[in-house]
Amino acid sequence: MKSVFSLGVISGILNTMIGLATPFLYAALGETIAQTSGVVNLGVDGIMLLSAFAAFYIALSTGSLWLGLLAAALVGLVMGLLMSFVSVTLKAEQGVSGIGLYMFGLGMSSLLFKILVGTVKTVQGFPPAPIPLLAGIPVIGPIFFRNSIPVYGAFLLVPVVWWMLTKTTLGLKIKSVGQNPAAADSVGISVDRIRYLSVCMGAVLAGIAGASLSLALLNLFQDNLTAGQGFIAVALVYFGAWSPVGVLGGALLFSVVNSFQLWVQVLGVKIPASVAVMLPYLLTIAALTVTINRMRQPAALNKPFERGES
Amino acid sequence: MELEESILTSGNPASRTRVLRAPAVDWSRIALNVLLPALGVVFALLLGAVMLVILKANPLAAYAALLNGAVGTRFGITQTLVKATPLLLVGLGICIAFRANVINIGGEGQIIAGALMATWWPLFFHSWPGWILIPSTMIAGFLGGAAWGFIPGILKARLNVNEILSTIMLNAIALQLMNLLLQGPLMDPAGVAARTFLAQSAQLPHQVWLPRLVPRTLLHAGAIVAVVLAVVVYVFLWRTTIGYDIRAVGLNPAAARCSGINVPTFQALALTLAGGFSGLAGVVEVIGVQHRLLEGLTSGYGFTGIVAALLGSLHPIGLIPASVIFGGLLVGGDTMQRAVQVPSSLVMALLGLVVLFVSGSALWSRRWAARRQIGEQKDREEKA
Repeated sequence: MKSVFSLGVISGILNTMIGLATPFLYAALGETIAQTSGVVNLGVDGIMLLSAFAAFYIALSTGSLWLGLLAAALVGLVMGLLMSFVSVTLKAEQGVSGIGLYMFGLGMSSLLFKILVGTVKTVQGFPPAPIPLLAGIPVIGPIFFRNSIPVYGAFLLVPVVWWMLTKTTLGLKIKSVGQNPAAADSVGISVDRIRYLSVCMGAVLAGIAGASLSLALLNLFQDNLTAGQGFIAVALVYFGAWSPVGVLGGALLFSVVNSFQLWVQVLGVKIPASVAVMLPYLLTIAALTVTINRMRQPAALNKPFERGES
Repeated sequence: MELEESILTSGNPASRTRVLRAPAVDWSRIALNVLLPALGVVFALLLGAVMLVILKANPLAAYAALLNGAVGTRFGITQTLVKATPLLLVGLGICIAFRANVINIGGEGQIIAGALMATWWPLFFHSWPGWILIPSTMIAGFLGGAAWGFIPGILKARLNVNEILSTIMLNAIALQLMNLLLQGPLMDPAGVAARTFLAQSAQLPHQVWLPRLVPRTLLHAGAIVAVVLAVVVYVFLWRTTIGYDIRAVGLNPAAARCSGINVPTFQALALTLAGGFSGLAGVVEVIGVQHRLLEGLTSGYGFTGIVAALLGSLHPIGLIPASVIFGGLLVGGDTMQRAVQVPSSLVMALLGLVVLFVSGSALWSRRWAARRQIGEQKDREEKA
């Protein structure tokens, strides 16, 4: 039995962490955009499931991974429109409509999978794309620079979302409708339109998160493929206090714990599997209790906006 | 309701006792609360039919099989009621939680907590007679679920942790806890002896099995308990001070705070009670249906219970027909899968659409209530 703390194992744990963090990053960064505008989209897991299936099915039947990715983004967009219609236009209780979206995605992806595919099949997922020069660095190279394109994309998205939310007019508009929709409305910003846009951007990213699971990490589809990862992504947004960098930190922390437990099991350390699987969830609850910086929570989070109220 | 709301907004503590009197039955509101969810179900079934046509399946045959499975046979009807029982129990908890404006997604975990208690208790006190073992098991299961609901409740009350997220995490933790116990201390000694190592507990002593209501079916006395509890929850929410305070917290937290109600405490209480009722759902599954603890016991009732509660307009009595309809959909879904090979996951997708529809239609029912209130005010002014 190898020691858990040898260099090989540690770099293995870190490499697995980078992969595991990918879907969390896409989904949680998307949810950060939606929540900054004041909408909690609890249906992320459902979007991920249906998109993961769409990506898998299109890639399987056309042989094109990029078409699969596009299909996932489109499914995300459609489900984002559905969520915005119910939550923004019809002003539904967001926690409840999100659960509806989740159940729809869970049931629909399983239904389509059973009818259209039927048996467990695998696809040839995105291959590792080593970055020239950087991939050659000892230790660090294999950990960070020999991953597939969707993995790089997830990490590149962190500065992109940060820039969009803090440095662009659109970002300021998104923040304003999340903080004080009435004020934003009074200066001529369409609250509903910005919220639609934010929820849909988030949903497209959730779709790509699903595709990253079925086309880059697991290379297959099965019932309830995500096993609740979308919900954890929502928790990471609170954990990261609505900042893309905070979300990155949360995603890496969660993934390193998860990766550690996977490696511990592979190495045959005597911890019951259930305890190991439980760890990340316990960590999330612990993190939620200590880290929430409520000063940063969008003031109008989870509150539908109606003109002339307040 | 409107009377209560206006009193709540006035924030006068002296008026709190007054509304405990029975309000006049508001038939038009009831009609609206029945009509909208019914429309939601019809709408979801229609969309489902369109999806089936696109998938080249025959929607009429599928729905006929579904209906036949749910109510076509005597066994089907009893199965519908068997599935409706845990839905009703979970839904009662959801009613209490949602009325206090806390979203309890933790049904699955709370069912497991209740089921674990309902397994351990009778196995430990196996020599007790049934008349004391059954009620004590139910109480133990209720307390187990309540403990699992208390955790997010106290986290919300003391540390302002979002209950949606904490209950979801606690679902995963409870599931792993059950797996751990089923592979360890609770594993069936017979399975260990036979070297099958099935992840299930030993069979519970016979005296704790709930009596069967119809011979040669699975319909058990838990169904009656659930209906009685629905009435109890109704009385609790609308005829007691604590119930009134819980609803006040949900309707208008600011006004509730002004009239001296400790909002976080009542939200924590609501989550704890919600956990208790979900725990009872776990109890009836264990001592009513399976007679042992096994994997997959929750069958997603923690989520479908939310749908049932929404369809019942968050009213304990409305929940009774809503859970029967949903129990029927679940039973019929399985029959549909066997008879015409349309996967039963269709039902889950349809339930999701129903939730979206019902939560979306709340706007109309709110606006309708507001318009009517304005209308009544005008009438009064004209009379005066």
